Amino acid sequence: MTRLSFTVTPVIIIVVAAILAILNLGTPATSALHVSDFVVGLAGKYLCYAMLALAVDLVWGFAGILTLGHAAFFALGGYAMGMYLTREIGARGVYANAQLPDFMIFLGWKNLPWYWHGFAHFPFAIVMALIVPGVLAAIFGFFAFRSRVGGVYLSIITQALTYALLLAFFRNDMGFGGNNGMTDFKDILGAPIGRSSTGTALMVISAICTALAYIGARWLTGSRFGKVMVAMRDAESRTRFLGYRPEYYKLVVWTLSAMLAGIGGALYVPQVGIINPSEFAPANSIEAVIWVAVGGRGTLSGAILGAVLVNLGKTILTGALPGAWLYALGGLFILVTIFLPRGIVGSLRRKNARDAILPTSDEPQGIAAIDSVQADLRESGAEMEKPA
Amino acid sequence: MNQPIGPTSDTILYLSGVNKTFDGFRAINNLSITLDRGEMRAVIGPNGAGKSTMMDIITGKTRPDAGRVVFGASTDLTRMDEPAIASLGIGRKFQKPTVFESHTVWDNLLLALAGDRRARFTLRARRTAAETEKVEALLETIRLTSHRNRLAANLSHGQKQWLEIGMLLAQDPQLLLVDEPVAGMTDSETEQTAHLLRDINRTRSVVVVEHDMAFVRALGVKVTVLHEGSVLSEGTLDHVSADPRVIDVYLGR
Amino acid sequence: MTPAACLSDRKSPDAVLSLRPSHHPRHLPRVMAGKGGTRRGFASLCCALALTLFLVFGGAKARADTAADPYAGLASQSFDSIVSAVQAVALSGDARAHQVLDALGNNALYTWRYDRPDHALFIHDPQTGKWLNARTGDPVHAPPFMQVRRIVANDMVKNALQTATGVLDLSSPDPALRKAAASAIFANPAAATLPGVRHALSIEKNPAARAALLQAEAADILSTPSASSDERLAAIHAVAARDDMPARNLLSSLQGEHGPVATAAAAAIAHIDFTLRLWSWLETVYYGLSLGSVLLLAAAGLAITFGVMGVINMAHGEMVMIGAYVTFSVQQVFRAYIPDMFGSSLIVAIPAAFLVAGAIGILIERCMIRFLYGRPLETLLATWGLSLILQQAIRSIFGAENQNVGTPDWMSGYFALGGLTITLNRLAIIVFTIIVLAALMAVMRYTPLGLRMRAVTQNRRMAASMGIRTPWIDAMTFGLGSGIAGIAGVALSQIDNVSPNLGQNYIIDSFMVVVFGGVGNLWGTTLAALVLGIVNKALEPVAGAVLGKIVVLVLIILFIQRRPRGLFPVKGRAVEA
Repeated sequence: MTRLSFTVTPVIIIVVAAILAILNLGTPATSALHVSDFVVGLAGKYLCYAMLALAVDLVWGFAGILTLGHAAFFALGGYAMGMYLTREIGARGVYANAQLPDFMIFLGWKNLPWYWHGFAHFPFAIVMALIVPGVLAAIFGFFAFRSRVGGVYLSIITQALTYALLLAFFRNDMGFGGNNGMTDFKDILGAPIGRSSTGTALMVISAICTALAYIGARWLTGSRFGKVMVAMRDAESRTRFLGYRPEYYKLVVWTLSAMLAGIGGALYVPQVGIINPSEFAPANSIEAVIWVAVGGRGTLSGAILGAVLVNLGKTILTGALPGAWLYALGGLFILVTIFLPRGIVGSLRRKNARDAILPTSDEPQGIAAIDSVQADLRESGAEMEKPA
Repeated sequence: MNQPIGPTSDTILYLSGVNKTFDGFRAINNLSITLDRGEMRAVIGPNGAGKSTMMDIITGKTRPDAGRVVFGASTDLTRMDEPAIASLGIGRKFQKPTVFESHTVWDNLLLALAGDRRARFTLRARRTAAETEKVEALLETIRLTSHRNRLAANLSHGQKQWLEIGMLLAQDPQLLLVDEPVAGMTDSETEQTAHLLRDINRTRSVVVVEHDMAFVRALGVKVTVLHEGSVLSEGTLDHVSADPRVIDVYLGR
Repeated sequence: MTPAACLSDRKSPDAVLSLRPSHHPRHLPRVMAGKGGTRRGFASLCCALALTLFLVFGGAKARADTAADPYAGLASQSFDSIVSAVQAVALSGDARAHQVLDALGNNALYTWRYDRPDHALFIHDPQTGKWLNARTGDPVHAPPFMQVRRIVANDMVKNALQTATGVLDLSSPDPALRKAAASAIFANPAAATLPGVRHALSIEKNPAARAALLQAEAADILSTPSASSDERLAAIHAVAARDDMPARNLLSSLQGEHGPVATAAAAAIAHIDFTLRLWSWLETVYYGLSLGSVLLLAAAGLAITFGVMGVINMAHGEMVMIGAYVTFSVQQVFRAYIPDMFGSSLIVAIPAAFLVAGAIGILIERCMIRFLYGRPLETLLATWGLSLILQQAIRSIFGAENQNVGTPDWMSGYFALGGLTITLNRLAIIVFTIIVLAALMAVMRYTPLGLRMRAVTQNRRMAASMGIRTPWIDAMTFGLGSGIAGIAGVALSQIDNVSPNLGQNYIIDSFMVVVFGGVGNLWGTTLAALVLGIVNKALEPVAGAVLGKIVVLVLIILFIQRRPRGLFPVKGRAVEA
């Protein structure tokens, strides 16, 4: 953990984004060096995924909470931005009604629902993209961590959470566009969505946000708070007997992580031009986990690298061999968990033993392994009672 | 056996009429124990006698069905959870060494140092000179000075045991609960551990749960024998060894 | 004219005449509702009064024609006359009546455009283009099309037709048809049909048909304002005995009445409401049990792998899906080679699905999961990856679309049990679930494999040191869990779309069941599945299907936080040590 590596990752992100932006805007379309809007859009999308990956890595890699529902926070942030963009359409919709979005008119609604008020203002939407995921995470986390729900149980209920939201957002009467979600956005802060310069600006903003998120996460994990968090991941009951309250540490990092995911989602929506309930699909959350696993759980640069690499692979493979992507993704899940449990960055760092964040060996094998998982399953109880 | 009426100013830990049942199994049955300030006590007993459950109850991991558990003069432990009890000054060492394997020896001790445990403090905390000094002193005590930058995961079993004891000391507890500290140790390590515990006992009260009779003898302290969740016998090791009820229980007559 | 003739001798024109007034009950003075005493006496009074009334109102001439030829009125230009004629034809007992009335209902009855004395009626079959003499059924030459007109039935006529055909069917030779006709009259009672019903009742021997006729009679009486108070009270009792919705509707039409009749009706309605609530409650329970048994089938295998082995198998849903595809493949073989035996295809599919899914499960355990023991979170991710591969593989082999899995005849259809409609496929699944569960428990309890599995669960080290080959037990356990999932797939193929996504739809629900019930406890899983099924179905009418599901998910999330080990946590010292 040198000061150098602290700055290398954000510098790389910013520099690459700047180069892409210059080559996109500063060269003619005919030039060999020209970077197309499509590539810039992809880069922006990957950066949003990288923020989601950072969020997942904070809770999984450092606090040991395997979340299978983080895409829910991402999607909620996306919906907050989608609502702003929808209000921004104004009278340019199909029904040319400045007061109501098209889908509400289509449903025969007369008034804007109360929870839509304020979303016409950009700052309000941004604040909501942070607050809504944050508050949901805080409420969920408060109950879950206080009751000491942990391990796979927590994973399963996070999945149930995003599944419940998926079902809810599919409903028309929720007032978020139901099945179709929101799309056909016209402009953001007055800049037309489709224009090349807008796309490039969004990509650069995403890069800056990712870099800032990385620096923030580095600061957090490097602080004494971060040390307690890792301690808690490795030996939760020990931290408790030392006088720490793991539930509050988990709650803080869980909520911060949800807000980071929300920002990722908010930047994602104007770049892809649509938000719909499928963003809540449990599969999305699990995919985010595999990005982190590929890059290296517990390494922040690994999370970013994993998100970019896996999605790059997805883009290339779905273009070349549409049927093969799911095989590749499924194979990636299996191979990484069995053969590369530390991920790319984690494995590279292992050579430098001082930097290793995960325990070096000592994972129980064979019979002891199953014993420990069975004990884990039963131990994750509220009372943690254990006779003699 | 003299049953004390209640905690006195000299008492650090007072258990009275404690009961705990797990699904019909009486793990602790009307258990009463009094520990004086500055005392070291060895608790022995066959498997299932309730030794670990007793530790769980004192440290707040398990809530008793009935009975009083008082720390110091009047602090009721049955209403508190583990972090609160730990903050009062009760440290616990597990049977299996439990240290933070991803952290260096130094960080392990730093995290254990007495201080503010709240998230809002640790978010802004900077290492102070006083902290550095304390950790260095502890490293000396547990003989891990040269290992200060190694990851705890890479320590030997005995070193982990010692690190954990060091972490307990860093907490600066008034009462230390130690669960089978010499399990899996070599003879010389065992001997050193007995020394260490006696050193610790100069300033703190200690409860040691142990199977190893040689170790208990080396400690040379008052012994409490648990059986079926209550006190069977109490006194010196020689006294309890001569107690016919203890012999019955151990020999299974 | 005797009363007996009035009711039994339908051929008698007088009888037809005498029945007329009751077709227009509203025109009758209240006098008619005198003291009828016996039914027969009442009828004769009706006949007499009717005759008198006709004479008084001076329709004698026209009606005389009707009496001679019930069909004549159909040729009239007036809808009122047509209605009267329809009723007359229905009660005439003429063998041709049914066909003529059907023709009128089907817009196939014609008469002269300009009325001629013979009031000729023709039935035209537009398909064959043939013309018949309606009265005789003999073929005739096509009349010049400019000289005939179609007899049009308005709503009033159609109503009359409905009632009339109902009465006609009362004399059908088939008892089932007679019963159906009586039920139809009950559903649509009219004073007009009362005499017909009573006549039928007097000759009906079949008990089922007779019971239906008694109901119809009671309904008709309640629709006859002229009926006596006593008669109406008796009728209310008879109708109330049905305890169903049609009875309630009929009784609620009496709400305008006064005195004891209204009181009796209100009491009967209250009773029926109670019964109906009871039935709807039972129906919810039945639907809930049905859903619960589906959940249980899907979750039982998971309870084994998750509960016994501590392995989180996210590909469990795909094992279910594979079971469904095995069913499809078996059926394809049956369709191709032995279509006559199609009914037994499911019987073959059950062991096939168990073996295929079980074999795949053992393969997965040996090739993948055993490397991940002790790392539950990694197991979760790896098996999720596996589920993606299995889905995509099925998609590559069979295509992404839904496959047509047939339901054998013995599993289709339904029957009524009191106020419940029991569909056979749902019932079959409930029974099937019970059998599977019993078999599973027997395997766990009585077989050497089950004994070893339980030993390994309780104390792996001890089991290993006693010579049990724990890796082999792990593989078999995983195979058993997967095989059960395959069997669940056979059942699900009967009620859900068989597509590569089949498993995905059940995996979260299955996990909820296992977690809710308490890991490692089949009884807990069973109870959890049934409770979740019933709660889901109970919430549906209140909150809607989707919202109900969300509510259930939120409830489970809250529940797990209160009791993280489920309803029935595994207890005891051995497993905790």
